[in-house]
Amino acid sequence: MAYEKVNELNLKDTELRLGLPGTEQVKEEQDVSCVRSNKRQLQSDNEEESTTPPTKTQIVGWPPVRSYRKNNNNNNNNNNNNNNNNSVSYVKVSMDGAPYLRKIDLKTYKNYPELLKALENMFKFTIGEYCEREGYKGSEVVPTYEDKDGDWMLVGDVPWDMFSSSCKRLRIMKGSDALALDSAL
Amino acid sequence: MSEDEEDQSPPPSDLRSQQQQQRPPCSPNKSRNCISSSSQTFPDHVLENVLENVLQFLESRTDRNAASLVCKLWWKVEGLTRSEVFIGNCYALSPTRLTQRFKRVRSLLLKGKPRFADFNLMPPDWGANFAPWVSTMAKAYPWLEKVDLKRIFVSDDDLALLAHSFPGFKELILVCCEGFGTSGIAVVANKCRKLKVLDLIESEVTDDEVDWISCFPEDVTCLESLAFDCVEAPINFKALEALVIRSPFLRKLRLNRFVSLEEVHRLLLGAPQLTSLGTGSFKHDNQSEQEQEPDYAAAFRACKSVVCLSGFRELMPEYLPAILPVCANLTSLNFSYANISPDMFKPIIHTCHKLQVFWALDSICDEGLQAVAATCKELRELRIFPFDPREDSEGPVSELGLQAISEGCRKLESVLYFCQRMTNAALIAMSHNCPELTVFRLCIMGRHRPDHVTGKAMDEGFGAIVKNCKKLTRLAVSGLLTDQAFRYMGEYGKLIRTLSVAFAGDSDMALRHVLEGCPRLQKLEIRDSPFGDVALRSGMHRYYNMRFVWMSACSLSMGCCKDVARAMPNLVVEVIGSDDDDENREFVETLYMYRSLDGPRKDAPQFVTIL
Repeated sequence: MAYEKVNELNLKDTELRLGLPGTEQVKEEQDVSCVRSNKRQLQSDNEEESTTPPTKTQIVGWPPVRSYRKNNNNNNNNNNNNNNNNSVSYVKVSMDGAPYLRKIDLKTYKNYPELLKALENMFKFTIGEYCEREGYKGSEVVPTYEDKDGDWMLVGDVPWDMFSSSCKRLRIMKGSDALALDSAL
Repeated sequence: MSEDEEDQSPPPSDLRSQQQQQRPPCSPNKSRNCISSSSQTFPDHVLENVLENVLQFLESRTDRNAASLVCKLWWKVEGLTRSEVFIGNCYALSPTRLTQRFKRVRSLLLKGKPRFADFNLMPPDWGANFAPWVSTMAKAYPWLEKVDLKRIFVSDDDLALLAHSFPGFKELILVCCEGFGTSGIAVVANKCRKLKVLDLIESEVTDDEVDWISCFPEDVTCLESLAFDCVEAPINFKALEALVIRSPFLRKLRLNRFVSLEEVHRLLLGAPQLTSLGTGSFKHDNQSEQEQEPDYAAAFRACKSVVCLSGFRELMPEYLPAILPVCANLTSLNFSYANISPDMFKPIIHTCHKLQVFWALDSICDEGLQAVAATCKELRELRIFPFDPREDSEGPVSELGLQAISEGCRKLESVLYFCQRMTNAALIAMSHNCPELTVFRLCIMGRHRPDHVTGKAMDEGFGAIVKNCKKLTRLAVSGLLTDQAFRYMGEYGKLIRTLSVAFAGDSDMALRHVLEGCPRLQKLEIRDSPFGDVALRSGMHRYYNMRFVWMSACSLSMGCCKDVARAMPNLVVEVIGSDDDDENREFVETLYMYRSLDGPRKDAPQFVTIL
């Protein structure tokens, strides 16, 4: 993820991450926008991306890797092993521009309004009304989440139960990113 | 490891019509007395016995299929002597037909769902149930010994029926299956006293919280192979240790990630005769009370016979060197569940001179692949999986790794390679360097990606592969491909049996080239490509000679699919719906069609329409 450098402090050092120390460092430096929703083109300094179409939605079943294998990769690097733990369901929450990641327990919320209110309080933003057709129109931020299959979705698209069991992490997108995401959906 | 089997397809099994046209040389009206001096012919039953004694030596499926076409008698006797039956599509015939044709089956290999179901392209509960097969066989084949299932839905009840019905049962192999749990496994473990092989491979096994390891009988077992690495449930290690000790024939053991490194260490010390080992979790428990760390390397050193190593889930890379004592003997190494960096990897691979099969994650980078190329001159099979399987992930391997492999591993036969960047030049090089290639599957993860150096389509690269690799039977393509690539496939891919296409081609002509040019094509799976009705119609002369055709997110109209179904009565044409049930959809979401001797299946779910 691209983090802002505030007062020349590299706030990546204070990022809360799951994973063994020392891993993924190289990846991080080159990794500019991979975690961004793949509904958007990668940045243009990546020369091999220049011929791809402007917006890509995440495609079902592509690349063709069996979920058994994908789950194994998750197990390997997730020391907390959220998948098997039924009592709490922590997910990381990040907001574009915010220096720190937060963790919340999804199980403490019963529905979307509660979750969104908590997020608003946590990150001090206001979110617009969600409606099925137009997403979060008129809002400066758009809450998105990554589900079990690695797809980035708009928070609110699926019923709450389905969301809370499949949500792996949350990302609050803002500004132009948000609008692009909304219009692509 | 799970591998897609390269099977030899039988000729179309419309045997009944063919038989009726032939006059058998031995007519049933002949005298049943002993040989008379004037007649040169033998009585039927003698001939049958002779045939039986001869035909029982035929092992190959294709040989047997050929023999069964000679005449009615040969057909009958071959049916009596075939002990191993392969069914590539469980819906191609009914279980009843199987038991009527073959009377003394000892071993069944059955395949169910099409491969694209693995990638969520098919809703769950589509079918491929084991239940009708096991219940029919329970009555017909009391001496059944082996069942090998792939992509089949198996319930605990099915497993229980199996365990109770076949007293001599020896081998159960479940690959990419689902529907059962540890309770079903427990019944098999307990009731199948002659069990030699229990292999659960890449299957979904629910945790019923049953201590199935303790369910094996108390006395010495016949176990030769036990694989449960896909079982996501803790096991009773004491019971496992005891089981291993009382299994003197055990050669292959694949543990799941709930077995710690210390426990693996203990098992190895007690089972030095192992030839194939799948380690459990490969990390050291730092909180353990022992003051001294166990000497893991010593345990591996004691296993002089290990030639196949896999597992390494939850790897702590600093413990990897413990396997060094066995590396020089390894013919097969599977690191594909371990995120290993090049620096950790290189010292290991430099000792693996005998390696023939190597699976890994792309975390070893092009650098790691170069090390493989430098050392593993005997390599036959390479599979590189993506650590980060997303379309826009970084992709640490590229054409450099593949090129190095092609230069170093000239005996290569099978490649599966996930990457983000590739060039035609590397594929052309591989096509020249590796003439033994039979399987070539390249997945450039970003869709429609061209050669990243020249910017051109990947046509020439894949063209070279089909042209120069004269033994190629299986091909999976990706990247930016025009109709030209398919023209090459049709022109040169004369031995291709399995073809996978995704996001490729420009027009119907592409598919036409393949359907008209590849006479051995058996399995065709296509997704998200602009192929329509004209292309589908152009293959009608082929569909009875193929096992199946899958086309999803293409440009097929319902009308055309109906036409095909009408024109080909022995073809089952399934249209699988998508989420929106719009009757006016222009194109069919998924077409899955296959030949069948017994007509459309009766167990199709709501979302499947059989035309």
